[in-house]
Formats: sequence, C-alpha cells, structure tokens
Amino acid sequence: MTKQQSLERRESVTILFAGDSGDGMQLTGTQFTTTSALAGNDLSTFPDFPAEIRAPAGTLAGVSGFQLQISSKNIYTPGDEPDVLVAMNPAALIKSLPRLRTQGTIVVNTDKFKDRELVKAQAESNPLEDGSLDDYFVVPVPLSSLTKTAVKPFGLGAKQADRCKNFFALGITYWLYNRNMQYTRDWIVGKFKAPYADANLACLEAGWSYAETLELLERRYEVPAAQLAPGTYRNITGNEALALGFVAAAVKSEQRLFLGSYPITPASDALHALAKYKHFGVTTFQAEDEIAAVCAAVGASYAGAIGLTTTSGPGLALKGEALGLAVMTELPLIAVNVQRGGPSTGLPTKTEQSDLLQALYGRNGEAPAVVLSASTASECFTMAYEAVRLALHTMGPVVLLTDGYLANGAEPWRLPDVDSLPDLPNRKITENNNPDGDFLPYLRDEDSLARSWAVPGVKGLEHRIGGLEKEENTGNVSYDPANHERMCQIRQEKVDRVANVIPPLDVDGPDDADVLVLGWGSPYGAIRQAVHAARASGQRVAHAHLRYINPFPANTEEVLRRYPKVLVPELNLGQLAKVLRDRYLLDVISLPKIQGLPFKVSEIRAAINEALA
Amino acid sequence: MSDLIETQTTEDPPQYKKKDFMSDQVIRWCPGCGDYSILSQVQTTMANLGLDPHKVAVISGIGCSSRFPYYMNTYGFHTIHGRAPAFATAVKCVNQDLSVWMISGDGDGLSIGGNHTAHILRRNVNLQFLLFNNRIYGLTKGQYSPTSEVGKKTKSTPLGSLDHPFNPLAFALGAGATFMARTADVMPKDMRGVLEAAYHHQGTSFCEIYQNCNIFNDKTFASVVDRKERPENALFVEHGKPMLFSNGTKGIRLNGLKPEVIELGGEYTEADCLVHDETDINMAHMLVHMTHPEFPVPFGVIRRVHRGCYDDALNAQVDQAVEKFGKGDLKSLLHGGNTWIVE
Repeated sequence: MTKQQSLERRESVTILFAGDSGDGMQLTGTQFTTTSALAGNDLSTFPDFPAEIRAPAGTLAGVSGFQLQISSKNIYTPGDEPDVLVAMNPAALIKSLPRLRTQGTIVVNTDKFKDRELVKAQAESNPLEDGSLDDYFVVPVPLSSLTKTAVKPFGLGAKQADRCKNFFALGITYWLYNRNMQYTRDWIVGKFKAPYADANLACLEAGWSYAETLELLERRYEVPAAQLAPGTYRNITGNEALALGFVAAAVKSEQRLFLGSYPITPASDALHALAKYKHFGVTTFQAEDEIAAVCAAVGASYAGAIGLTTTSGPGLALKGEALGLAVMTELPLIAVNVQRGGPSTGLPTKTEQSDLLQALYGRNGEAPAVVLSASTASECFTMAYEAVRLALHTMGPVVLLTDGYLANGAEPWRLPDVDSLPDLPNRKITENNNPDGDFLPYLRDEDSLARSWAVPGVKGLEHRIGGLEKEENTGNVSYDPANHERMCQIRQEKVDRVANVIPPLDVDGPDDADVLVLGWGSPYGAIRQAVHAARASGQRVAHAHLRYINPFPANTEEVLRRYPKVLVPELNLGQLAKVLRDRYLLDVISLPKIQGLPFKVSEIRAAINEALA
Repeated sequence: MSDLIETQTTEDPPQYKKKDFMSDQVIRWCPGCGDYSILSQVQTTMANLGLDPHKVAVISGIGCSSRFPYYMNTYGFHTIHGRAPAFATAVKCVNQDLSVWMISGDGDGLSIGGNHTAHILRRNVNLQFLLFNNRIYGLTKGQYSPTSEVGKKTKSTPLGSLDHPFNPLAFALGAGATFMARTADVMPKDMRGVLEAAYHHQGTSFCEIYQNCNIFNDKTFASVVDRKERPENALFVEHGKPMLFSNGTKGIRLNGLKPEVIELGGEYTEADCLVHDETDINMAHMLVHMTHPEFPVPFGVIRRVHRGCYDDALNAQVDQAVEKFGKGDLKSLLHGGNTWIVE
C-alpha cells in the first residue's frame, strides 16, 4: 500500500552527492545528470573530487562530490547552495554541510555513523545526535544494511555487495524527483555482467520502493522540462566538447590532426577522447613527457598535419620553449591548457584561471601567441575549432585556455549544424612562390602576414627552418640587427591583425548600464546569472565575455569606455584586470577568487552591489 | 585520411649527385672540425643511395652538430636542445615517404635529451639517428659533456669532472636499440658503409660517430682512430666474420664469459676467434663494453635485429580504425550518445 504524496513543482533544484572516493559518487551524479537531460531539464554539473585516487576511506580528504543543478529555466551554474545532500558517510556530511541551504534535505547513510567512522572524519560528536542538523530536514537511511538485504539473492561477497549502495541512493533520489529510471536500468544492463547487473538493478528498484514507503518523505518534487532553443541536444563535458571540436576541424580541413600529449589532470580526458577518433583522421601520440608531446606536435605541423597538444598549467610551463619555436618557425600549433590550481603541482583536481599571464607571456623573447578562452563546457567545441582556424590563419601557435570546472562539468549542448562550420584556411603550397628566383619560405600573405606552408616531400621547395632568427623572406639564418627588430615587429603585427578576423565583443545588457561585468572563461555562468538577477531587481548592469584575449576584439576598448565602472571577476589574483590596465590605461574593479572553487552567483551579485553603492 | 603531398614519380628517377645535397649556406663550423667530414659522407651516401633531396628531412637539436640541416639542400629543421627525437618521430609518423635523418651530439642526445633518445630507441621509429660524440660542449665553448672522461678539467670543472661518463652504445642497447653502429670522422669509407647500412635498416638506426673537436677537445679519440693507432686499437666487426685486428695477427676470443685478446699464429688460430653475430644480444653487450686501452674499440655495425617500427604500427592503427568503423562521419559523431530534440 503506497501513501499519497504531493508532487511539488520546483523551478530549479541543486543536488549534491557526496561520499568516499570509492563510493561511486561521480557515477551516481552522471546517471542523475543524463536522466535529467533526457527529461528536458537545463542543467549544469560540478564534479569535485580529491587528487588521490583512493584516499584513506572515511576521511575528509577522501570525500568525492558531484553537484548538479537541474532547472525548467535556462541556468548557467551548478547552483550556489545544494537543496539536497546525499551523504554516504560522516566525512561527506561534515565536509558538505557548510554548502547546504538551510532547511535543505539530507539523505544520510546512518550505518556509517559508528565510532570508528566518526573518528576517521575527525568528528568530536555524532552529528546525527548532537543537534548540528537541527536546521535541516534529515532523512536517515541505513543504506549499507538495506543494500546488503537487497542484494542477498545474488550471492555477492560482502565487499561487492556494499559497492551497490550508490544505486540504492540513486533510486531514492530518482523517487524524490519523480524521474524515469529507464536510462539507468539500460545503462546497468549494458555495463555490468550478471550477477552484478541484477544486484545493481535490485538496489535501484529497492531504493525507489524504500523512498515510496518511507513515512518521513512526505513530499516529492518535480522539475519540468526547460524551454530550450529548438534543436537536437546532448549532454557534454568540456573535455569531450574540446575533442569533438578538434575532430570537426580535422574533418572540415581534410588535414590529419596530430595530438602529442602527456597524461595530466584535468586534461587527460581530452587525450582519451581523441584516441578513440582515429577513423576521423586523428593521430594520438602519448609522449614520454610534456616537452616531447609539444615537440611532436610541432614536428607533425612541420610535416603537414595540424599539430595539437593538450595539457594543464605545469605542462604548459614545460612547453614554453617549443611554443617559442612555433612562433619563430611560423608553424601552426594549438596548445590547450585545461587550467588547475597552481603554482607548482598546486591543486590538480581543482579549478582556477591563474595561467592567463603564462599563456600570454610565458616564453622567452618576444613570442606573441594567439590566446583564446572557452566560457562553457559546450563552447569548448567552438573554441577548439576556432583555435585550429586561427593557427592555420596565422601559421603560428594558439593557446586555448579552459579549466578543470569546464573540463569535467556537463551541460546540455545544442548540436551545431556541421555544414555551417566555417571553412578553414589552407596555406599549403606546392609551387615556388617567387617567379624571379629561389623559393621564399618566409614570403608573407599581405593581409594576414602569414607565411606559406611548404611541406617536406614537395620537389623544388626544399628549405631549412629552425629556432635561429630568420632573414625576412628567405628564412635564412640572420644576425642582422635591423632584420631582427623587423621580424619581431612582423610576428607581433601578425598576431595583432587577428583582431580583423574575429567577432567583436558582444554585450548582454543596456549601453547605459552603470556597471559592466567583464569576464573570461568559466565564470561565465555565474556572471550571467548574477547579472540577470541584478537586472531583474532593477539594477542597470551589463555583461561582456571575452573569448579572444590575444588579441582582444577590435571594439574592446570602445565597449569598456562606455561604462562608468567595469567589474572583472576571475579565479586568480586579478590577471585579466592587470592586462586591461596595461593595455588601455583603464582602471577596472578586480574581483579575484582563488580557492580552487568556481564563483558563486551570490559572490558576483555582492560585488555588483558594492560597485553600484 | 592522409594529406601526404603527391610526389612526382617518373620511370627513370633522376640521379642526384653529392652537390645536389649541398646547400648554398656558408658553413660555420671551425676549420678542422670533424663535422665537415661527416657532412661530406652523409651527402655522398645520400647520392649513392639514389635519394631525392626533396624526400629527405634532416632534423637536429641544438649544438655544433645540430647546425647540420642548414648545410643540406634537403628539407631541414633545426629544433630545440635535446628534443630532436620528438620532432623526428612525428615527422616520420606523419609522412612515412620521407627519409628522416636525425642529427644530435653527446650533450644534446645524452644530457638534455637523454630521455627522448631512450624513448625513440624503444619505439624504434624508422629513421637514422647520428650521434656526433666529441666528449665536450663545443658551442657553449668547452664545458665537459656526459661522455667526458672522469676528472676532465674544463672551464666548468677546473678541478676535474666528477661524473662517470655515459657509454652511448650501452645506453642505446639498454633502451632497446635494434641497430647500433660506431664509426669516426676520420674513417670516411667506413662511415659511408655504416650510413648505408643505417639507411637500409627498418627502425631507429643509432650511429655513434667519434668526432674530433679540434678547439676544445682535440685528439680525444686519437689513440684509437689515428691511422697509425687504428690497427692495434680499433676492431672492425662484420656479421659472420671472425673478430680480428692488428692486421689479422690478433683476435678476440671468449674465455668463459669474458672476451680476451689473443695472438694468432701460436697457441691460437682464427678458428678460436669469436664470429660476429649482429643478432646476438650477449655479443652486443660484450662489444659495447669493450673499451680502450684494455680492448680494441669495436667499429662497424654492432647490432642489427628486426622489430616492428612505431611509425608503421601507428599508421596501421589508423588504417584499422577506418577499416573497422568506416571513414568517420562528423554529423553522426556529434549526434552520438544520448540526444533529445527540443521542438
């Protein structure tokens, strides 16, 4: 006999799954995400996990979380404060509690609150009993023992049986939000062999039934489908989108794409993804180190492929010299930096935007490179494609900045029309470009200042390149002082002229706003949501977001000078603010945050309020 | 998918001469440098092999030796200190039609680039790796190198160097080299033989070339390679032939597990000498550790075995992926996974 529950409508809900690194929280979160995507919600996710693969069980260091916001409206962030916390042990509860909304719901595995677990979580008293959860709606569930009972028929060992408990928790959560479980059922059957498939399925169903019969749970929530723009959607993470963007560029350009990469968190998934796409003309090379990875990419470009390397901050530091070689030899190269917390090894699994200055300036000599940045997970596709376009356009290196938050976070992606992707430049030549004499490897296109791409194997175009300074046009080694100055200027001018072939900086909001919030990269969602909320409350605030940082879009200064105040939120100590001041002699209000965590909407709103005060 | 430029093919490929491999650039090595001889032998060998200059890519790192590409009228890339193997690997993988020749030195290939040297050898990328060993840093004006003898006094080691030197061939063997040879700048004919053998080998052909730096480390190998020293102190090995030196009056035999110099004509005959086997790893271990003055120093092809090349395998994987999945369709890739339609 099931009770009658009311189904309450909610515009948005934020859920946080938290447990031990080995509890399968990332998997649980991903299942809920895809199920919600298929139900038509807009969504945004934030996987937050420790650098250690299996930190000691039950400790605060080992807590792995997966936060997601689902909504019937357009949303851009995984939510500031979770409404619901699913906590698998005391450490997960203690670590996540400060983030939870007051009066929020906590589904907690009470089996794990024995003395031993409490000690591991450094709890002085049992939070289930000491009153610290008084402000929340607690749903105590003996998850471990219920799971054990549910999987009894399948003859699993104790350890294997316990590993099914995340599906029990997922079943409860699915019931709470009235979700269709079919996607997860199919996934389990496709993923696990018997008896594990049966055991996990049984847990999922048992979780649902348990929630349905539990007296405590009076209410269920429903988050209706969002009104998204018409089109075909899929759920995508930044790293997946990045890989697809590069594949698209390989296919559209009909060139071989060569990725030289070395495993590094949080960029490795881009290597994993591209390794699967060999039949699209992608070659992946796992090199012996970061330096070999980028050198192989430059070597591949020299031989006529599109050279790509993917890394994170420490890796980019090692690649600096090779990026300089790509500047000097004028070969197309794309270097992706999926930024993480620094300096040094820093916070490998946490997000940050502190490599902007490294991307702009982190090379010896005058070594300008185009620098791009992706703002959302799905935009990683667009900007990867743009990076290839501009590398081929300039015959030089392009650094694309994403970050750990974009790389691992997911959102619905409206699939682009493949045929409408822009054409990519082709600078390859097979004939002598100099009717009056010898081939001139450094003869330039008048508009872009790019040189041609004479690939080894072509008869009559034999030439030598290298890291030594080039004589204009001939490319021969030259120590001539005037030539060196001229070549430095030409290489700078070539990058500056990219401003002619990129879109202008768009502004979301009125021209007469009192404050412009100027962002770059992953704070996009939090800024957008904060600015829209501010405008809804009557404040005059505009938002512009930079995807092109070197060079800036041609209208950037004009946009910035339109507003009395410019607020620049970024996950570092104010690097873009520094560049803007240097470039335009324009003071901006810097809003730095450097905690390894993304901005909350509320933090940006507070800064807007302060700027308006 | 490949974007290899179609190369012209004719019934009768033009025969190029040595001068066709010489660029118009002024050579800037010091007068008397051993590099001149190596450059000349490489150019001659390429002509002898019937190579087309436009199908040759010479890839180097940084150092005196690495200026090499500028003097070749082929495709050439003077890259980064120590990193030439990474560049060369990708060049060969992307365009297997190219004959790739990699130039490095003892500092470039064994110090700053030691890691890459190890990895290109284990991958066995199909190219020629010429390591010019002069046991000194020349371009930075005379500091000791990773192949310098212990106690070497240089500007950076006024009291003598402390570190034990690398043995380049032992290093290569440890890294899984499938082809190893040794030659010297003053042995032009032998060098051409080694270079030809290196070209014909499928895999990374590692050639250590003793090279004299007459400015900072003059005569470092003189006691072995000088014409008058050679008979007594150099052992020219050839597959299937007994190991003889000193004009055939001496040989190498195995005494237990150890090599031993023997005098022929008395107690021993040629039949007692070891017969060189390029495929025998134990013999390779023995030969690379035969050092002057205890032993004559081995020259020639020391090891040559077959193992698949990385570039072949890499491209085969691409071909197999196309065969298995068909040529990728971008639209269906993007629409893969779980999609939903918003009307």
